[in-house]
Amino acid sequence: MSLTEVQFTGATVEQAPAGAIQGRSPWQLAWRRLRSDRLALASAIVIVLLCLVALAAPLIASVIGHPPAIQYPNGTTAQGLPTPPGGQFLLGTDNLGRDLLVRIVYGARISLLVGLSSTAIATVLGVAVGLVAGYYGGVIDGVLARFMDVVLAFPYLILALALVTVFGASLWMVVAVIAFFSWAALARIVRGQTLSLKEKEYIEAARAIGASPLRIMMVDLLPNVIAPVLVVATLLVPTAIVFESTLSYLGLGIQEPTASWGNIIAGSQQFYEVAWWFLIFPAGALLITTLAFNLLGDGVRDAIDPSTERIFAARRKKRALPVGGSPLVEPGRPVVEED
Amino acid sequence: MDFVRFIVRRILFGIIVLWLVTLGTFFLFFVIPSDPAVTLAGKGGTPERVAQIKQRLGLDQPVIVQYWHYLDRLLHGDLGTSFFTGVSVNSTIKQDLPPTLSLIIGGAVLWLIGGIGVGVLSATRARSLLDRFATVFVLIGISMPTFVVGLLLLFVVYFQLAKHGIQNFAPTYIPFSQNPAQWFEHMILPWITLALVSAATYSRLTRGSMLDALGEDYIRTARAKGLTERRVIYRHGLRAALTPVVTQLGVDMGTLIGGAVVTETVFGLGGVGAALLRAFNYGDVYVILGIVIVTAVAVVVANIVVDIAYSVLDPRVRLT
Repeated sequence: MSLTEVQFTGATVEQAPAGAIQGRSPWQLAWRRLRSDRLALASAIVIVLLCLVALAAPLIASVIGHPPAIQYPNGTTAQGLPTPPGGQFLLGTDNLGRDLLVRIVYGARISLLVGLSSTAIATVLGVAVGLVAGYYGGVIDGVLARFMDVVLAFPYLILALALVTVFGASLWMVVAVIAFFSWAALARIVRGQTLSLKEKEYIEAARAIGASPLRIMMVDLLPNVIAPVLVVATLLVPTAIVFESTLSYLGLGIQEPTASWGNIIAGSQQFYEVAWWFLIFPAGALLITTLAFNLLGDGVRDAIDPSTERIFAARRKKRALPVGGSPLVEPGRPVVEED
Repeated sequence: MDFVRFIVRRILFGIIVLWLVTLGTFFLFFVIPSDPAVTLAGKGGTPERVAQIKQRLGLDQPVIVQYWHYLDRLLHGDLGTSFFTGVSVNSTIKQDLPPTLSLIIGGAVLWLIGGIGVGVLSATRARSLLDRFATVFVLIGISMPTFVVGLLLLFVVYFQLAKHGIQNFAPTYIPFSQNPAQWFEHMILPWITLALVSAATYSRLTRGSMLDALGEDYIRTARAKGLTERRVIYRHGLRAALTPVVTQLGVDMGTLIGGAVVTETVFGLGGVGAALLRAFNYGDVYVILGIVIVTAVAVVVANIVVDIAYSVLDPRVRLT
């Protein structure tokens, strides 16, 4: 009897309760949990819609027929105030007679672009620094960890304002500044994970067979730290969006006439007492976006780490269990499943 | 002895950080070509006039020499003089400090009481209606930028009440020495604004660590030996639960100061944040440097205090 035959017969024996037990990777399990989280799913849909709106901004503007920077003479009242929603301007106008709806749609482009790209940069940077600090340890770790502490503890808004003042306020400057102040939180988590992982036997084994440090970091360590990174990164996006809007609100982020939610709200400050729509609509857009990302981030965390407790999940849990526990499973046999 | 060594080390590290801050900020603003002398000379400024101004301000010397002079004055407690107003930075900061301090101290008190209070309440009544409300509040709080909170509060509380003749919450600063009651009235909305975002984060943090602490064996022991529930929660549970919260506090000093700048702007309080934004707009280097250094000192000192508080709260913490 050859070795392959042994394995073959062994496998058929294992398959006995046909289809009852399905092997699933942790990622598949996480994905299933995420899909059954209705709040996270709704948030994901909102985010996808926002992205579509942002991508289609020029199209929306041309359908409405109001480019974002055109100041319409009939867009302001006789007293020079913004016109209320309705009629020609669905969400009203701003103080310069521009279509608020179109400007909010264009603002979504800025928010999402800044939020996603600065998070991407911060993630790559944070993971790289965290891996290096955790893997090498010693002096390298000491210096990098201290540097993370300083970046984290610093009044980042003030430093961000200084950097933007010196280097000029542009879209990519804003992205760079936000990324610079976001990577440290990630790096700290990756560093912590790496510190404990590198003591494991499989890393020792990898080193023993002569794997280079780069290979160990990329192939052996990275896949094992990616779960917390994913969670933190999802939660960094709304932080970055808030950061951008704050910079723009203070006049040191995205500059007029380019529309961003922050500078629209800054412009509304003198007028919203009489023109509520000028504040409420952009503020609402901002709130919906950050809320959606935060909820999705929470959902991703719950999906990846099922030990975290879900306050709103009580009802769903009861319903989800019979679906998870297949009726084909023999009674009395423990079901290894999520939840 | 360990304790003294620890504090000395922390202070030394703090001084190094402060020095790096002066170095970074100074060179950031002097290496980049935005010449205050040209701005001061005005549009019709001749090169001679510019040179004259440069000499008067000491801008004709190499940057490294200017930095040396600056450090020298700094060590004597002199933050320099504004290029544009000719007023000493010390007196600018001193004058602008009352609204900022009122805002930060009041906001921090509200933030901690609100955040930890809500956190403890929702942990002890986990999954109750209150807990769910708190969770919604936390999510909205975390998702709202400070300036949006401020503007919405003004819109809802002040403008609507003002229509009915109630002007108590007008966005302005009344010095405490002038009228304490009015000072308080006018600070309420700014305090809530500054506190809300951070309070949300803290209540979540407190809830989590409180639940962890209440699940420990020693809590069961405390209950088993017949302590009142109140004593179990506050003496045994909260004390342990506060450790991660206090750690986070050091990190969030920066957030608090940034939030203060935004809140001051929203409510027109004047203050150091407003002065800083003005200085950024003019490129008023010494004012920027002065304010950045004062904030950095505040952050460093607060972090040392937090570290000490940490070891008092949790005797297991080794000071290294």
